[in-house]
Amino acid sequence: MSAASQDVATRNSIFVRAIIYVVLILFAIYYLLPLYVMVVNSLKPLDEIRQGNMLALPKQWTIAPWLSAWSTAQIGVQPVGLKPYFINSVLMVVPAVALSTILGALNGYVLTKWRFKGDNIVFGLMLLACFIPFQIVLIPSARILGLTGLAGTITGLVLIHAIYGLGFTTLFFRNYYEAFPTELVRAAQIDGASFFQIFRRILLPSSGPIIVVTVIWQFTNIWNDFLFGSSFSGFNSIPLTVALNNLVNSSTGVKEYNVHFAGAILAALPTLIVYIVSGRYFVRGLMAGAVKG
Amino acid sequence: MADLTTTAPRAVTNPRATLQDLLPKIVLAPSFALILIFVYGFIVFTGFLSFSGSKLLPDFSTWVGLNNYVRLFNHPNWITALKNLAIFSVLYIVVCSFIGLALAIFLDQKIRGEGFLRPIYLYPMALSFIVTGVAWKWFLDPGIGLEHVMQSWGWESFSFRWIKEGQMAIYTIVIAAVWQSSGFVMAMFLAGLRGVDNEIIKAAQIDGASTLTIYRRIIIPLMRPVFLSAFVVLAHLAIKSYDLVVAMTDGGPGTATWTPALFMQKFTFGRNEMGMGAASAIIMMMMIFAIIVPYLYSELGGKKK
Amino acid sequence: MRKFLMSTAAVAALFAAPMPMAHAEESVEVLHWWTSGGEAAALDVLKKNLEAQGVTWKDMPVAGGGGEAAMTALRARVTAGDPPTAVQALGFDITDWANQGVVGDLGEVADKEGWDKVVPAALQNFAKHDGKWIAAPVNVHSTNWVWISKKALDAAGGKAPETWDELVAVLDKMQANGITPLGHGGQAWQDATIFDAVVLSLGTDFYKSSMIDLDPAALGGDKMVEAFDRMTKLKGYVDKDFSGRDWNLASAMVIEGKAGMQMMGDWAKGEFLKANQKPGTDFVCIRFPGTQGAVTFNSDMFMMFKVGDDKKKAQLQMAADIEDPAFQSSFNVVKGSVPARTDVPDTAFDDCGKKGIKDLAEASSAGKLFGSMAHGYAAPAAVKNALYDVVTRHFNGELDSKAAAKALAEAVAAAKG
Repeated sequence: MSAASQDVATRNSIFVRAIIYVVLILFAIYYLLPLYVMVVNSLKPLDEIRQGNMLALPKQWTIAPWLSAWSTAQIGVQPVGLKPYFINSVLMVVPAVALSTILGALNGYVLTKWRFKGDNIVFGLMLLACFIPFQIVLIPSARILGLTGLAGTITGLVLIHAIYGLGFTTLFFRNYYEAFPTELVRAAQIDGASFFQIFRRILLPSSGPIIVVTVIWQFTNIWNDFLFGSSFSGFNSIPLTVALNNLVNSSTGVKEYNVHFAGAILAALPTLIVYIVSGRYFVRGLMAGAVKG
Repeated sequence: MADLTTTAPRAVTNPRATLQDLLPKIVLAPSFALILIFVYGFIVFTGFLSFSGSKLLPDFSTWVGLNNYVRLFNHPNWITALKNLAIFSVLYIVVCSFIGLALAIFLDQKIRGEGFLRPIYLYPMALSFIVTGVAWKWFLDPGIGLEHVMQSWGWESFSFRWIKEGQMAIYTIVIAAVWQSSGFVMAMFLAGLRGVDNEIIKAAQIDGASTLTIYRRIIIPLMRPVFLSAFVVLAHLAIKSYDLVVAMTDGGPGTATWTPALFMQKFTFGRNEMGMGAASAIIMMMMIFAIIVPYLYSELGGKKK
Repeated sequence: MRKFLMSTAAVAALFAAPMPMAHAEESVEVLHWWTSGGEAAALDVLKKNLEAQGVTWKDMPVAGGGGEAAMTALRARVTAGDPPTAVQALGFDITDWANQGVVGDLGEVADKEGWDKVVPAALQNFAKHDGKWIAAPVNVHSTNWVWISKKALDAAGGKAPETWDELVAVLDKMQANGITPLGHGGQAWQDATIFDAVVLSLGTDFYKSSMIDLDPAALGGDKMVEAFDRMTKLKGYVDKDFSGRDWNLASAMVIEGKAGMQMMGDWAKGEFLKANQKPGTDFVCIRFPGTQGAVTFNSDMFMMFKVGDDKKKAQLQMAADIEDPAFQSSFNVVKGSVPARTDVPDTAFDDCGKKGIKDLAEASSAGKLFGSMAHGYAAPAAVKNALYDVVTRHFNGELDSKAAAKALAEAVAAAKG
């Protein structure tokens, strides 16, 4: 990362740099505060929370809320914790992310390297699809899932998530491939390489950064979705967000806030890990194209 | 395949068209067809719904003309929702862009610990608001949150109770929303900054331009496409903002923090007023398209040359 | 994982050894929002009962918004042509679904077990549609309760208030004693729960004409202005941080002695019991002053959907099990509510529960058992929520009492149209 704008930096005075550090650290506190509230209160017994100082460290440390959220908290009629729902979410997220990413990559490839009349209109229409409020598609989607026999199945959920992710994945790949030298594609074409060969041998190997961006984006959105998950799942395909919601949003039950916070962090762990591990590639991927559109 | 021929008639009429020539369109066709049905088909469906007297479920046996729209714009909650959307989206987009750009510039100053700070700024985007909303609600609650803590630390006169005040509650939603997305905007700007061409800056430095001038006159203007991308992402998040409001205030105090997305959800699914819910959805779609279409037009139109 | 393994095992067993036992395949799929703590544990009793009879329970919990999220999911399920066997539902939502022609018929089991005789008529208005039983009522919550801290009450004279004026006197004394007199959470449904009781305290006829019959004259009249004035008076006794507070935190204020009383349905009792408080010694339960003898109710029911013949038997079995007196007793002891059947012995209940059962029976026979507006038993969802808007705006000071009564009549008229 020896980018140009950083070279400007070296000329700053010590005073200016101190201010910059202070601002950066203050913002880090702002971003961490809610997480701190969640972590600290997940380690307190419920009585201590009721007494009210939510920023204080626990007087009596306990991991019982975490154990409860993981394996014994009441989610439905059974006290099973969040544990059994992880697998449902994974079974839903992995194929949905893979499917929408692959289709997005192919779409981006066609829309930039095999241009045809009206391709911009096709792209524009697909992009607009990103902005549809999901509530309005609920009833008609349900009808189609019902007609195709996919209602209440993980396959149905995968399909719906993949479709409503297509807009963004196509956008990401299109903008990335737009900057990819078309000459290389033409040269390969003249050498007799086929449509898929060109994609596999020339574009795909250099698509790493944008794949990271797309996967992070899709993974986060699908993992955190509640509306589709609660409406289109069956009793044996309930995803984790719905289970978490059930843990947190009881109507007239006793609210165990410490368990709620522990559960929330548990449910967010996969996305948090994805962000932390791939944060660096994320910026690199955005840099490589996603922000240009 | 049917959609393919309608979108690309040239390719089909071309006598030299071989499978290889058609293949790209065949690959694109399923995605496009799905989008046509699942997005545009459903928008049309919602349009029909908004003219029907649907209550619990779609019901096309009674038509009420524009009645749902008339009732919508006569409903005090919808007017509140529109006002809130205006306040919320302007502040949210401006503040997020400003913070995002500022953090990106600061983080771009060869900062020690960048790899440590960056994920801290980014992580809120990874969390679902179902629960971070509860954490925010607590934090902003004067009885147990910030005000309480400040007072217990000895700052007796400290007062911060916006979330309890009808006039100010919408601003607390802005605070939490900015928390969630400004890190993401930061990442976009950071990527933009790292993509700036070395030579331009070198040249400016040789000419003796100050750091401030270089940023103001050269680097920030180069960020125009990033501003646009950020604007599109933020505008659509603002219009769709729902989880956040539900988790933090659920529209309260009173009806002070209703937003259009909350209105649509509550009327369609809570109040069994599907026709009115559909009307509000159509208005929302029109607002979104009014923002996005000109943007797309300028972006795609410009690239054709 | 356990669930996953269990279902895998069940599927494997099905394929490996197709046993002749027909009941091995019988199952009910249940959509509900009782997802945590006591309420879910209470429902687990029903699940175990069914399983003992060879019926598998397929759990489909969706919590949130007092059932709103579950109703959203239900729309998707019905639209997809794949409705659950049984769905937890409230009041007019049941009627609305019945009007769609998608609900089942429990006549077979209801007739055999004589539900007509043991379920209060006010509940039957919802559990039956066109003379057919379509839902099995589980419990009756009554919403016009006041939960008072015994300590705070003793400090304020020790006599539980029986009229509005006595209530105001007690609240004033509590304020003078330096505590928050009224523990309250400022959420629309909680404001409306108090409003129910306030309207009822101005007379059962007034409650019926305004809340049930939605008579515009009653909704916008002088008496309604008085009701809103009473709300304003009560607002004077809540602390300044009431807005947005969950109801259980308001209960906690009473439990800890920070607040004197809470006006809330009987699910609040669970909070007191969980904090090891005893009715009579630590807290006192009374009817909202001026509403003695009358009850506003909210009843959880399982609405049964039209299912294939293969599932019909299990569905009827579930309905029968819900109305089983032993289940009604054990469930409601845990949940804090009272049985939907009036013939269930009250021996297992605490003092507040016993009083609830007695009040319900009396109100029912005196014709003073009314559906709660705040909980969807007085009017359909659109009207209920229109009332929420006005009541909560008034309670938060956006409207004065006169304007509120006028707005209420207008909002209800608009929602009906």
